[in-house]
Amino acid sequence: MTPTRRRAGGRLPVALVLPAVVGLAFLLVPLVGLLVRAPWGTLPSRLLDASVGEALRLSLVCASLATVLCLVLGVPLAWLLARGDVPGRGVLRALVTVPLVLPPVVGGVALLFVLGRRGLVGQYLDAWFGVSLPFTTAGVVLAEAFVAMPFLVISVEGALRAADPRYEEAAATLGASRWLAFRRVTLPSILPGVVAGTVLCWARALGEFGATITFAGNFPGETTTMPLAVYLALETDPDAAIVLSVVLLLVSVGVLAALRDRWISGPS
Amino acid sequence: MRAFALVALLLVAGCGTAGTAGTAVDGRVTVFAAASLTGTFEQLGEEFEAANPGVDVVFNFGGSSGLAQQIAQGAPADVFASAAPANMAQVADAGGTAAEPVTFARNRLEIAVPAGNPAGITGLADFADADAKIALCAEQVPCGAAAKRAFEAAGVTARPDTVEQDVKAVLTKVRLGEVDAALVYRTDVRSAGGDVEGIEFPEADRTVNDYPIAPLAKARNAAGARAFVDFVRSDRGRAVLAEAGFEAP
Repeated sequence: MTPTRRRAGGRLPVALVLPAVVGLAFLLVPLVGLLVRAPWGTLPSRLLDASVGEALRLSLVCASLATVLCLVLGVPLAWLLARGDVPGRGVLRALVTVPLVLPPVVGGVALLFVLGRRGLVGQYLDAWFGVSLPFTTAGVVLAEAFVAMPFLVISVEGALRAADPRYEEAAATLGASRWLAFRRVTLPSILPGVVAGTVLCWARALGEFGATITFAGNFPGETTTMPLAVYLALETDPDAAIVLSVVLLLVSVGVLAALRDRWISGPS
Repeated sequence: MRAFALVALLLVAGCGTAGTAGTAVDGRVTVFAAASLTGTFEQLGEEFEAANPGVDVVFNFGGSSGLAQQIAQGAPADVFASAAPANMAQVADAGGTAAEPVTFARNRLEIAVPAGNPAGITGLADFADADAKIALCAEQVPCGAAAKRAFEAAGVTARPDTVEQDVKAVLTKVRLGEVDAALVYRTDVRSAGGDVEGIEFPEADRTVNDYPIAPLAKARNAAGARAFVDFVRSDRGRAVLAEAGFEAP
């Protein structure tokens, strides 16, 4: 398990470095474009606009709540997929990734069909409990969780499959129940995978747009998250859209970098 | 980008010579049109293609403000048909139109409710009800601006649950029964068939929108653009528009 300090075979191969550099530039240059075009002169006054703070707060709150929801449901689901003796596991595994493939707008419509006021489940929620999810902040959280959960499940499941099940078996021979073994043995060993999945999931939720605007609609302070605000601003005031995007970028990069340093302390 | 610009330039040059030579129109005509024109323009496009073999009409439907923005950013459009003069003016003021925009149709708002009107909506006053689920267009798009005028005239403070970016998104929420009422164009109510019921209201006179159309200065197919605009304004064009519920200018 100790990392080898010796580099294998001298110089870095050009065949790897060249595409790597191109790849990095491909990802970063659009970001530079955004920063170059940003109206830095009017930035402070635009940032003080109440609607920006409102949208940012809503985005952070909703993405975090969606991530908690994904953790509560997604980690057990990943465990089931990796360890459970369920028939048709391969099919289940493929189905879990459906939200990754589905255009988010379609995901939003699908959520309306199920959880909308006339949806398969939503009509009973409305009739029995008076609960209507579309056009609410809860709806934003659900839409984001729907789109983001596969990222978490896939990461955690990968970590679980890479983890050695013999530790769990050893714990079992020592009298631990499966639940105790999961909490005290499995979970600590896959923690990096869970954290990486959580980070991915949060980032995806933060940027979610299509499912949110379709399922939760758009109303300032309730459902207008940053990506929706960016989209609306783009049509009337592109400068404002750039400011919003830059804010979203800085906040998300800041949070992700902080998390990385704190949790994913890989060999640097 | 440079290669793209070059191709565009060559195409423009090519069309320019074809236009002066007075040959029949052909090639692709790209039309940017307000979302509320979707059904009507699709039909007109098909008829235009049938009347002019070799012509391929391509549409980009959306909120007028967004379309104006896309044109300003250099999107490859030949014709712009807007749901309000303000959005057309954005393009025209920047020298984006090849001819003076002309009004080719008018439209007015109607209250749209799901079939059967489950919430018992009767007029604009119901839009102030906090319990009713309401969808409106954003004020930046023409249907939202018209809705604002209606509410001002009626002295009602609307309490929308969602503010959508184009009128078709609002209509979808009504069709799915997710909202109790919305303000959309009369033509949208008609296009939705039996899913949606329309309710007229007295303040609708304040919501009448002029629809201007113009060929664009940077059109790659200038002759095609002019011909399509003429077709929309022809007797046949007016008939199709009237059938859909548009008023004549």
